Amino acid sequence: MKVDLTKVKPYGDTLNDGMVQLSFTLPVPYGDEAIEAARQLVRKMGLEEPSVVYSKDLVGFSYFIVYAKATQTVDYTKIEVPKVDVEVMDKEQVEEYIRENIKRNVVIVGACTGTDAHTVGIDAIMNMKGYAGHYGLERYEGIDAYNLGSQVPNEELVAKAIELNADAILVSQVVTQKDVHIPNLTQLVELLEAEGIRDKVILVCGGPRISHELAKELGYDAGFGAGTFAEDVASFVVTEMVKRKLV
Amino acid sequence: MKHLSKLNLDQTLIDSSRNSARKIVDEVQKFIDLHTTTATERTIARLLGVDGVDDIGKPLPNVLVDSIKEGNGLGRGLAYWLGNAVVQTGDTPQEIAEKVSRKELDILRLPTASEEKIKETVTDMAKVAVEKIANNRKKREELISVLGEGRKPYLYVIVATGNIYEDVEQAKSAVRQGADIIAVIRTTGQSLLDYVPYGPTTEGFGGTYATQENFRIMRKALDEVGQEVGRYIRLCNYCSGLCMPEIAAMGAMERLDVMLNDALYGILFRDINMQRTLVDQFFSRVINGFAGIIINTGEDNYLTTADAVEEAHTVLASQFINEQFALKAGIPEEQMGLGHAFEMNPDIENGFLLELAQAQMAREIFPKAPLKYMPPTKYMTGNIFKGHLQDAMFNLVSIMTNQGIQLLGMLTEAIHTPHLHDRYLSLENAKYIFNNARNLGDEIMFKEGGIIQTRAQEVLKKAEELLRQIEREGLFATIEQGKFGGVKRSRTGGKGLDGVAKKDPGYFNPFIELMLGGER
Repeated sequence: MKVDLTKVKPYGDTLNDGMVQLSFTLPVPYGDEAIEAARQLVRKMGLEEPSVVYSKDLVGFSYFIVYAKATQTVDYTKIEVPKVDVEVMDKEQVEEYIRENIKRNVVIVGACTGTDAHTVGIDAIMNMKGYAGHYGLERYEGIDAYNLGSQVPNEELVAKAIELNADAILVSQVVTQKDVHIPNLTQLVELLEAEGIRDKVILVCGGPRISHELAKELGYDAGFGAGTFAEDVASFVVTEMVKRKLV
Repeated sequence: MKHLSKLNLDQTLIDSSRNSARKIVDEVQKFIDLHTTTATERTIARLLGVDGVDDIGKPLPNVLVDSIKEGNGLGRGLAYWLGNAVVQTGDTPQEIAEKVSRKELDILRLPTASEEKIKETVTDMAKVAVEKIANNRKKREELISVLGEGRKPYLYVIVATGNIYEDVEQAKSAVRQGADIIAVIRTTGQSLLDYVPYGPTTEGFGGTYATQENFRIMRKALDEVGQEVGRYIRLCNYCSGLCMPEIAAMGAMERLDVMLNDALYGILFRDINMQRTLVDQFFSRVINGFAGIIINTGEDNYLTTADAVEEAHTVLASQFINEQFALKAGIPEEQMGLGHAFEMNPDIENGFLLELAQAQMAREIFPKAPLKYMPPTKYMTGNIFKGHLQDAMFNLVSIMTNQGIQLLGMLTEAIHTPHLHDRYLSLENAKYIFNNARNLGDEIMFKEGGIIQTRAQEVLKKAEELLRQIEREGLFATIEQGKFGGVKRSRTGGKGLDGVAKKDPGYFNPFIELMLGGER
C-alpha cells in the first residue's frame, strides 16, 4: 500500500475509498422526501455516493446515519500546526529544573473564570490527586499552587495573582457554548495589561476546546487542549520563566 | 439460605449510621431554627403574592426585603412587617411592594397593629397560597391517575438551549422518544444570583434561566405533550444556589414535579456560605415536601471532584444526612431522590461490580426512596462510541438494582449540551436495556463473601465511621476540614453570609406551620 501524502483522503477498507460516516438531524417530517433531502445535502458537502444506512422518525424531525465518499484531498506534507514548543519533563525533572534554574518556589494561581462552574479541568491539572495517575501541581516540590475554584471573576483572579506575586496564571474554560469563553479570556488579558503585569507572568489557558493557536491569538503564552496533564503545563511554565528571565 | 439483603449488610451499622445522621442534623437544626435569610423572607413575599420587577428590573420581593433589611428589621421577619402594612393600609401585598419600590411607603415606619391581628391577617393570606399549592398537588395526582406515568426508573433528560421556546421543542421531541422527566438546566451562573430573574427568557449559556414564567411555559408544553403520548411528564428544575426557597415556591406554584435540592451542594460546589445554605435549604424543603415534589440530592457531584472508589463512603454518609434533613422538613421517603453516580474509572478491573455494589447498597438502605442515579461524566472522553457503551453499562446497573430516576447519559457528554438526536439515542439505549433486562435483578443473588458483597459492606462500614466522627465534631467543622468531595469551606466564608439574620423573639413564618403542621 503506497499512500500519496500530497493527496490524502479518508480510509475505510481500501486505500483512497474516501469513506466518511455522518449522522445528523433535519428539521423536516420523516419520509422519502426527508431521506432524499439528507442525500442531497451530503452531496453538497462535497461527498459522493451518499448512502442513508439508517433513518428514524423523530416526529417533526428526521435523523440519519449516512456513509459517503470524500472527493477532496489534503496535502499532508504541507501541514503546519502551531504547538506549545517545549520539551515535556516528568514531575521529578520539573522539580529538579526548578531547584537548578529557578532556585525558589514557583507560584502558580489557577481558576475557572467567569460564569464557568466546571472545575474538572483545573482540578486535574492543579489538585494534589491530579488525573489518570498524573499528579497535580499541588504535589510538586518547588511549586506553590493555588486553585481558586469555579466562577472566579477575572478581577479577583488578578488581585490574587498580585497578592501572591504569582509567576504564572492558569485559566480553565470548559463551557464554550456560544463562544462565551472568548470575551472572558480577552478581558483577563486586558486587566493584566491595565495592571502593568502582563509581561511579568506566564499566562496559560486550557480546556477541551482551547487550542494553542487560539490562545496565542487571544494574547496568552500558551493554550492546552484535551489530554493535557500537569507535567505538560509545569514544563512550559518553568522553561518559559527561564527563557523570559522571570526567575 | 435467602437473605433479605442481597448484600448481607449489617443492620446494626445501618441503624447506627442513621442514628448518627439524625443527631448531626438535630444539632444543625438548632442553628437553623434561630436564623432566617433574605432568600427565606423573599420567598414568604412571593407566596403572599408579591411578583414582578421595578423600573430597573429588580424583582419586587428583593425590593421589599432589602428595604426591611436596610431598616434592620429582617430579624422580625417579612410576614410581620408586610402583615402590619396590610392591616394599616388595606392594600394588597403586591400594592404595598409597588409603593415601596416607588419610595411612597416605608413599611418599617407605620403605626403597629397588635401581633395577634397581624398574625391573623398574614395567616389568612398564607392559606390562599397554601391551598393553591395543595391543589397543584391534587392536580398532579389526578393527571397521573388519568394518564398514567412511565415505569421506574423514570427516564430523565435535560434540555439546555438557553431559549425557553427552543427548550419546549426539544422537550416535546424527547417526550415523544420516551422521556418521563424533563429537566431545564439553568444558565451557568444563575446559582450565584441573589435574585430570581423575571419573565420569559431566550438568552442563556449552557442553560436557561429559571423564572416563574419559564416554568409556566414548560409546564403547559409538557401537559400538552403528555396528553398526546398518554403519560404524565414530570418537570424538573434546580432548587439550589442563593435563591433555594424562592425557586421552591415558584416550582410549587407552577406544579413542577422534581427539584434538585441538596442540603450541602451549594456550600461545597458553589462556595455559598454554609450558614446561608443550611437555613435556606430548610424552607425550600418544607415547600417541596408539601408540594409533593421529589427532591434530588447531589451526592453524585462529590465524585466529579473526588475518586468514586476511594470516596464512595462519603456519598453514602451524605445520603444519610440528606435523608435526615429531608425528614426534618417533612419530606416523606417516597419524595427523596437521593443521589449517586456511575463515575468509576472504566479502566478498573471489575469496576462494574463495584458500581453494582454501590447501587444495590443504596437501594437496600433507602428502600422507598426514588434514588436518582447519575450517568458517567468524568470519564467521558469525546469518543462517542465508547461513551454510548459506558452509558449502557450504567443503564444495566440501574435496571438490576431498581433505581428510581435515571438521569440519562449522553454519548456526547464532554463535548456539548445534548443535540436533539443525542437524546433520542440515549433514550433508545435505556429503553432497550431496561426492557431487555427488566427482571434480571429479581433473578440473581450475589455470592456470599464475594467481591460485590464485600465491597458494599466495606463502604457501609466506612460511612458509619465517618458519620460517627461527624457526630462528634459537628457538620460545620467537618465541612471546614474538607471531608465531602475534598472541598474545604469555612463557616464565615463564601457568598451570601450577609443575607443571614438572627430571628427576633417575635419572628414568624406562617408557612412553616401551615405546611409542616407544627411550630418552628
